[in-house]
Amino acid sequence: MTGMLNRLLSHDLPRSRWLAAALVLMLLALAFAPFLFPGSKALGAAAKMLVFVLLVASYDLLLGYTGIVSFAHTMFFGIGAYGVAIGSSRLEPSFGAIALGLAAALAVSLVLSLLIGLFSLRVKAIFYAMITLAVAAAFQTLASQLSDVTGGEDGLTFKNPEVLSPSFEPFAAPLLGVTVDGKILTYYLLFVAVVVLFLALLRIVNSPFGRVLQAIRENDFRAEAIGFRTVVYRTLSNVLAALFATLAGALLALWLRYTGPDTTLSFEIMLDILLIVVIGGMGTLYGAVVGSVIFVFAQNYLQDLLKLGQSALEGVPLIGQVVSPDRWLLWLGVLFVLAVYHFPSGIVGRLRAGVSTPAGQAPTP
Amino acid sequence: MNALATAVAAEANAVPKALFDWKPLALLAAVVLLALPLIGSPSTWLTLTAAGVAMGMIVFIIASGLTLVFGLMDVLNFGHGVFIALGAFVATSVIGGASGWAEGSSAAQIAIVFAAMFAAMAVAAAVGWAFERVIVRPVYGLHLKQILITMGGMIVGEEIIKVVWGPQQVPLPLPEALRGSYLLGDAAIERYRVLAMVIGAVVFAAMAWTLARTKIGLLIRAGVQDREMVESLGYRIRRLFVGVFVAGSALAGLGGVLWGLYQQNVTPQIGAQVNVLLFIVIIIGGLGSTLGCFIGALLVGLMANYTGFLAPKVALFSNIGLMVAVLLWRPQGLYPVTNR
Repeated sequence: MTGMLNRLLSHDLPRSRWLAAALVLMLLALAFAPFLFPGSKALGAAAKMLVFVLLVASYDLLLGYTGIVSFAHTMFFGIGAYGVAIGSSRLEPSFGAIALGLAAALAVSLVLSLLIGLFSLRVKAIFYAMITLAVAAAFQTLASQLSDVTGGEDGLTFKNPEVLSPSFEPFAAPLLGVTVDGKILTYYLLFVAVVVLFLALLRIVNSPFGRVLQAIRENDFRAEAIGFRTVVYRTLSNVLAALFATLAGALLALWLRYTGPDTTLSFEIMLDILLIVVIGGMGTLYGAVVGSVIFVFAQNYLQDLLKLGQSALEGVPLIGQVVSPDRWLLWLGVLFVLAVYHFPSGIVGRLRAGVSTPAGQAPTP
Repeated sequence: MNALATAVAAEANAVPKALFDWKPLALLAAVVLLALPLIGSPSTWLTLTAAGVAMGMIVFIIASGLTLVFGLMDVLNFGHGVFIALGAFVATSVIGGASGWAEGSSAAQIAIVFAAMFAAMAVAAAVGWAFERVIVRPVYGLHLKQILITMGGMIVGEEIIKVVWGPQQVPLPLPEALRGSYLLGDAAIERYRVLAMVIGAVVFAAMAWTLARTKIGLLIRAGVQDREMVESLGYRIRRLFVGVFVAGSALAGLGGVLWGLYQQNVTPQIGAQVNVLLFIVIIIGGLGSTLGCFIGALLVGLMANYTGFLAPKVALFSNIGLMVAVLLWRPQGLYPVTNR
């Protein structure tokens, strides 16, 4: 039993009792979310958590494992979402249309990420960050301009196949007090897809290939000297991250039955990803899980808490503004800056530091 | 005595001077001249060129600090945009607060605009100093952390601006004295653009003079080329860097005022929007190069205006197209800084 679990997690165990407990709790909560937390807001939040787990984990492959900062990750996320949306709205809603759209999106992402990688990964990390920022901005403009294809600023609304549409009800009687419909089936499709893809990512980062990426992160000069073509490895990491982000985008589109620039391409989402990776923990995929769940939870429910604080401080001019629920990003930003300084390995690193020896930390070059 | 002087002079001549690289300047001229037959009417061309130069000047003012900071300390400040937004918002407060008592008198209106610019520069400089202390200083030499931390600084800064001035768009109307245009033959050139050009030219001249003729400028240029060497000669380059960072922030604040008046309104997101443009400009110019930044900014401004007239849809992508074209020609930018 433990052997199988070990294999499933690619021998990358949580290595902390608290982290393991948190992960199991989150997994169970997400697995039974439709029954534990009925209501469309709670289910929407749970689905968003799932999508973000995959999206952030794929970004962690780039930032945490390879040490590359990219600002074009939402571009690939958007390509996946638009692929499914365009496929489903142009053709009859069916799984074939989704598959076709997804395949086209994956192909576009592959070519784009390869081009960007080969074009700019030869130079410094900082250069790559700037180039991707510019490319992502251009892509966002492109998506809003090509309104015949992408629906412009309004985006695309489309129908899912019959089985995944909200009107589909397979069982006559409610199951465990909840009426099972296509929406819940879609949720479980997302859940299974995210679990499988997450385990695949875990496999990738714990393979010899993943070790080379980490070596490049720690010291690219040394990695090159040992004989690894760092450009090739960096580009591969870039392509893989892009493909996984595309899949995450496709899942989001399936869930929302809508794709628009605000839900997929906006710079705010890129910032959210950065915040989650850093707060959750860079260089460990479990950080993506913990970070995404906490972040989306905070996004949906912390604002209610801040609302309480605001009503208590009503009338105080500036302080009242500071705890306003609209300013919750301020607090996350502060947390982000503190996280980069004081615990660069994030929440997961903190939890692990409690039990494991410093041997787990990377030696300084 | 005389012999010694000639010997020194001979020695100075013996060292070959670095040839000035005129090709980027030729590129700029070629773009301007090539646009004339494409546009057709000389007066339209003149109007567009003036608009492009004005926009380029504003972008240069904002971007110059960014590129110098990068050149000197290898620090790329992703939070530079905050100072732009800050400057613009300070200007809305100053101009809005003083709007009552300047009606009718154009001299007073212009005085208020200049007062707003100085206030914006002062506030941006002060915040820049704090930003350097709190955010940037602990992460020297760590590229990855720099990118993350300055990005975090931008998030926090933008939110603080929203706390102080509110999240909504604030109008920043041009005072009446600066509205309207000058007629040059058939070509109409807006007054405000002339002002922007003049301010940009003054800033560029002052910067060029400081860099080329003063001791501080000498140290900055030497520091860009080889920081360790300057340090080993006994100069505290870190102090110099703080100065450059503060000056760069002040210039970004000034640029923010100019940009806000150019757009006639200000949003807290203005910084993040302009950031993309800035990075394109300093990549085109060659990271760390001031002259490259100047030419890159002019190229971007001119291209934006020409393509905006010739093919409005293409104009949205003119910047990135320009960047790709320049990088294919010179992968390190127009004026590559050695040692990078």
